[in-house]
Amino acid sequence: MKEITYRDALCEALREEMQRDKAVFLLGEDIGRYWGGAFKVTKGLAEEFGDERVRDTPISESTIIGAAVGAAITGMRPVAEIMFGDLTALAMDQIMNQAAKIRYMFGGQAKAPSVIRTPFGGGVNIASHHSQSLEAWFMHVPGLWVAVPSTPYDAKGLLKTAVRGENPVFFCEHKLLYPLKGMIPKEEYTVPFGKAEVKREGKDVTIFATMYMVHLALVAAERLGKEGISVEVIDPRTLVPLDKATLLTSVKKTGRIVIVSEDCKTAGVSSEIAAIVAEEAIDYLDAPIKRVAEPDTPIPFSPPLEKFVIPDENRIIKAVKEIV
Amino acid sequence: MLEKEKLVQMYRKMLEIRFFEEKVYELYGQNLVPGTIHLYAGEEAIAVGVCAHLRNDDYIVSTHRGHGHCIAKGARLDKTMAEILGKKTGYCKGKGGSMHIADFSIGMLGATAVVGAGIPIATGAGLSIKLRGTDQVVACFFGDGASNQGTFHEGINLAAVWSLPVLFVCENNMYAMGTRQSQVMLIENVADRAQAYGIPGVVVDGNDVLTVYEATKKAVERARAGKGPTLIECKTYRHKGHSRFDPATYRPKEEVGEWLKKDPIVRFRTRLSEMQVLTEEETKKIEKEVVDAIDVAVKFAIESPYPAPEEALEDVYA
Repeated sequence: MKEITYRDALCEALREEMQRDKAVFLLGEDIGRYWGGAFKVTKGLAEEFGDERVRDTPISESTIIGAAVGAAITGMRPVAEIMFGDLTALAMDQIMNQAAKIRYMFGGQAKAPSVIRTPFGGGVNIASHHSQSLEAWFMHVPGLWVAVPSTPYDAKGLLKTAVRGENPVFFCEHKLLYPLKGMIPKEEYTVPFGKAEVKREGKDVTIFATMYMVHLALVAAERLGKEGISVEVIDPRTLVPLDKATLLTSVKKTGRIVIVSEDCKTAGVSSEIAAIVAEEAIDYLDAPIKRVAEPDTPIPFSPPLEKFVIPDENRIIKAVKEIV
Repeated sequence: MLEKEKLVQMYRKMLEIRFFEEKVYELYGQNLVPGTIHLYAGEEAIAVGVCAHLRNDDYIVSTHRGHGHCIAKGARLDKTMAEILGKKTGYCKGKGGSMHIADFSIGMLGATAVVGAGIPIATGAGLSIKLRGTDQVVACFFGDGASNQGTFHEGINLAAVWSLPVLFVCENNMYAMGTRQSQVMLIENVADRAQAYGIPGVVVDGNDVLTVYEATKKAVERARAGKGPTLIECKTYRHKGHSRFDPATYRPKEEVGEWLKKDPIVRFRTRLSEMQVLTEEETKKIEKEVVDAIDVAVKFAIESPYPAPEEALEDVYA
């Protein structure tokens, strides 16, 4: 095993896949040799693989994704970076009408093996256009897979799986996680899609959390444990496909669930998870389903305002105590 | 000068498209075509003039008005018609319909019904060609309406700056649905915009197949030589309205009359007759063959089964 940051784990995944398969190439704004990506994920790759395979693009999000789609359906395996998750809005037609539907509309003739990487999440005081969490938008589009890695191990393993897969993958990263360190094997490995991880076992309540919220959930679980409340924490690792079995098994065991997600509460990730639990495990519940999410506001700039809207461990603890 | 065989082949393709579209219109009237239709009749010289230069492994990207592009690239009439009728035997197993036909086996990368959305995809196919190091080309068809989308600017600019082998073929039929070009653009020629991207832009008579053919020849040579894209604007006119029930009353009668006189098929037939490439007898023979081929396709499409309802759940993921 070795220690590595989430950022470097992503970079390693890209490097290994580019070494393995010449069809893999990268495109995006400032991902090349001068910047190496706004969050430095692709740093060093242009020097190693050349400017042909690590392509700086104009500020043209729609065409970055459209070009990835066109390349993917003609034999390449593009990995596109959109500098901030908020900016995927500029490429939405290409993501949801083209990439996601091109296989289905054409009766299975085409496949578009491609990855769209982008960072979501707040906590760094960059306000409403650079801090949102929009994962739920992409869960709502059939044809896309949606990955939400929370650790360096998952970041690398899921990205390798994404690049090797046959479907377009919307690959969510989190700004606060890039410097996070964790252990990964020295040997090659991948992480399958649709396989959740039980991060901590418990018997009183289940916390379902994604990305940065997984870490807050673990902190909350630790503190609750000291107060005698046994918390199970589940990280889905991919939202599409979703490992419903692990989620439902846990809820059936604990009889209680708190869903923690950094996106807005209305029609968010937590809404879908709550609906699944209500639909398929309501008879096992001993208390109402609780959700911890952002209130329905844009992300504000000023630190006290931003801190107020983004869930933290105290809100998670409060939610757990309300139902235990 | 083109060989007789090639000229006749082009004429036959144009006729196939025209008769095919007339048949689609007829079947629509008989309630056999679900949804809507956007007919290519009147614009045949463009698809045929462009595709006459393309090899099987070259690509095209098409639009909601795409039946003509499919046929010109070599798609089968029966599977195309079956798709339009929503049948299981159609190109897309009934999942795409009139606005989303594709045949990847002949490089027809499909039709997108979002105006302008095909342009970045064509750029991406061009990028793929460049990265794979082949001498294929991509022809991207779109209308005058699409030229006002941001994707037009983004996609052509990127193809230009990376010298990608793409032909951007603007089929300017003067109307974006019912909106006349002059209402939404101050310039007369879409091709003038090529200058802004540092690539050649040419305006051609889109109702003259040989003119389209000549312009395409230069663009294909340039693309295959790795010198980058060309914007070809073909001035044309659709014979019918925008879609199914559109009577196109926004078009002055005199204008429609003038353009009908410039029917690309009549013009090409007259030309071929003057060039003594086609006799009247041969013309009749070709017409009959095309009619027969379309009848076979229609029979196939009508007799084919609809997909089983639960097939709606297939093909979402690979």
